[in-house]
Amino acid sequence: MSSLDRSQKLTIAMPKGRIFEEAVHFLQQAGLQVTAELQDSRKLVIPVENAQLEFILAKPTDVPTYVEYGVADVGVVGKDVLLEEERDVYELLDLQIGYCRMMVAGMPDWKPTEAPRVATKYPKIASRYFREQGQQVEVIKLNGSVELAPMIGLADRIVDIVSTGRTLKENGLIELEHICEITTRLIANRASYRMKSGAVDDIAQKFMEVIPRSIR
Amino acid sequence: MTKPLGFEKPLGMRDILPDSLVKQRHLERALRKCIEPWGYEEISTPSLEYYDTVGVASAIVTDRMFRLLDKQGHTVVLRPDMTTPIARVVSSLYKDVPLPIRLFYQANVFRAQEKEAGRNAEFFQTGIELIGDASEDADAEAIALAVFCLRAAGVATFRIAIGHVDFVEGLLEEEIADEEVKSQFRTFLYERDFVGYRQLLSSLELPGESKHRLESLLRLRGGKGKIDEARELTVNGKARRAVDTVASLWDALEAYGVTDDLLLDFNLISNLNYYTGVVFEGYAADLGSPLLGGGRYDHLAAQFGRPAPATGFAIKMDRLLLVTPEMDGPPPARVLLCYTAQRRREALAEAQLLREDGLVVVTRLIEQESDVTDSDKAVYAKIICMTQKEE
Repeated sequence: MSSLDRSQKLTIAMPKGRIFEEAVHFLQQAGLQVTAELQDSRKLVIPVENAQLEFILAKPTDVPTYVEYGVADVGVVGKDVLLEEERDVYELLDLQIGYCRMMVAGMPDWKPTEAPRVATKYPKIASRYFREQGQQVEVIKLNGSVELAPMIGLADRIVDIVSTGRTLKENGLIELEHICEITTRLIANRASYRMKSGAVDDIAQKFMEVIPRSIR
Repeated sequence: MTKPLGFEKPLGMRDILPDSLVKQRHLERALRKCIEPWGYEEISTPSLEYYDTVGVASAIVTDRMFRLLDKQGHTVVLRPDMTTPIARVVSSLYKDVPLPIRLFYQANVFRAQEKEAGRNAEFFQTGIELIGDASEDADAEAIALAVFCLRAAGVATFRIAIGHVDFVEGLLEEEIADEEVKSQFRTFLYERDFVGYRQLLSSLELPGESKHRLESLLRLRGGKGKIDEARELTVNGKARRAVDTVASLWDALEAYGVTDDLLLDFNLISNLNYYTGVVFEGYAADLGSPLLGGGRYDHLAAQFGRPAPATGFAIKMDRLLLVTPEMDGPPPARVLLCYTAQRRREALAEAQLLREDGLVVVTRLIEQESDVTDSDKAVYAKIICMTQKEE
């Protein structure tokens, strides 16, 4: 069994964007040979010499898709993406990086409206949340600059991730409701979790040692 | 929805063109040849079943069934699996046939898909059901036969993960009193969310020893050694019996000589509230999703009035196609035999002789030899023209 695992290369899907730098730093702490090449490269698939490892750089929302279909064995991705994408993958570890909060935000003078409209990059999370609150809202999917929506009257509230709260503040918005905490997770493909159990366990163990014991 | 265009098919439905179908049929024959000598007999059941019988008893959730109305106004479903119709047969037409009963099938099943069309809504399965034998040797037979099937199909590298639903159940019963919390743990395992599982665990007021046991469950995946590790985590009762069953099962599987292809996984939960004992899932290298699934389902037959323990598995043929080698040898050469009306009798007799020799012969009526086109020359290995009357 172990000979099988050793002979197999592990492909790791990494999210470009918000959590990329923190994730690379985390990988380095875990002793993985992540070179500057990974951070600077325009290449999308980057093999690591002598390490039976390979990185795929992907848009964060695509990381769970790559892992579900097995083109990547494991992936590093935010819980916000996992909640929105609802992919069938193993969620192995909370890496405790990329911390932020999923919030409902709006103008300071927000009052309930007759036909509430919510703008968000996370339509599934928003719909599910308001349903659980017993509210029927119209969810408007946007792909960026969600904070703009209440200012220009497209929606009366937004659902988005907030880390420092600066962007909200600069746009004159305040946090109205807290939906959940978001951190970065290690996920694994269902088949890789068993076919490459040695390699997957090995990387999970290395990651585990970086996470402070008290919170892992 | 906009009106479908001529080339479009309902979500998740696909055509299987000749090249793929040849390989699928070849694999089906290989599997049949592997399964029949174990005493399994092939069965076929209707594509449509009543929702109130097979639909309700099936492990597949109602949301994923294609439901429609028949002429009498009954809700019917396209069969979502083959196990349930077979349980119906065993309890009705076969009710006087003594147990155990061994049946197999090669059939299509239907499950509606919500996500992208890459997931098939109609797919072919080859599967077996062993009904009326509660022993671990019956579980071992099903798992060993699954291994032999994958070998017969030519899957180069595969592994079957084995678990037992009562281990997780028993462990939760030993450690957690609150039903609601138990169900949360189960859901996290079912959704493969180990982070959520650990967060729930750390939020509970439990003795350190209990937390350790529940946490260790997530790591109970590996070879034979995991049986002893699992035993150490249990105090008594259900979980301990599950470990003992898995231990005897492993012994039986060693007797079959198949344990090199197996992996124990005590946190494997295949389907909530359906499987009742040993469960297993098969994976192949370079295939992202399970190739086969199976396990013990002792409560299903009783829903049709003939309580009987049962076990079985189903292989997904579309996935098997992706991980099996191309077939040996070139396909038989295709010959085009063209003839004019005058030589019809002679030409058709010749074609039949060639077919009996094992060639594939296509015949065509032409007026003159120049009717044969360049594209014919590309398609056929040999072209024979019988045009002029022989002297």
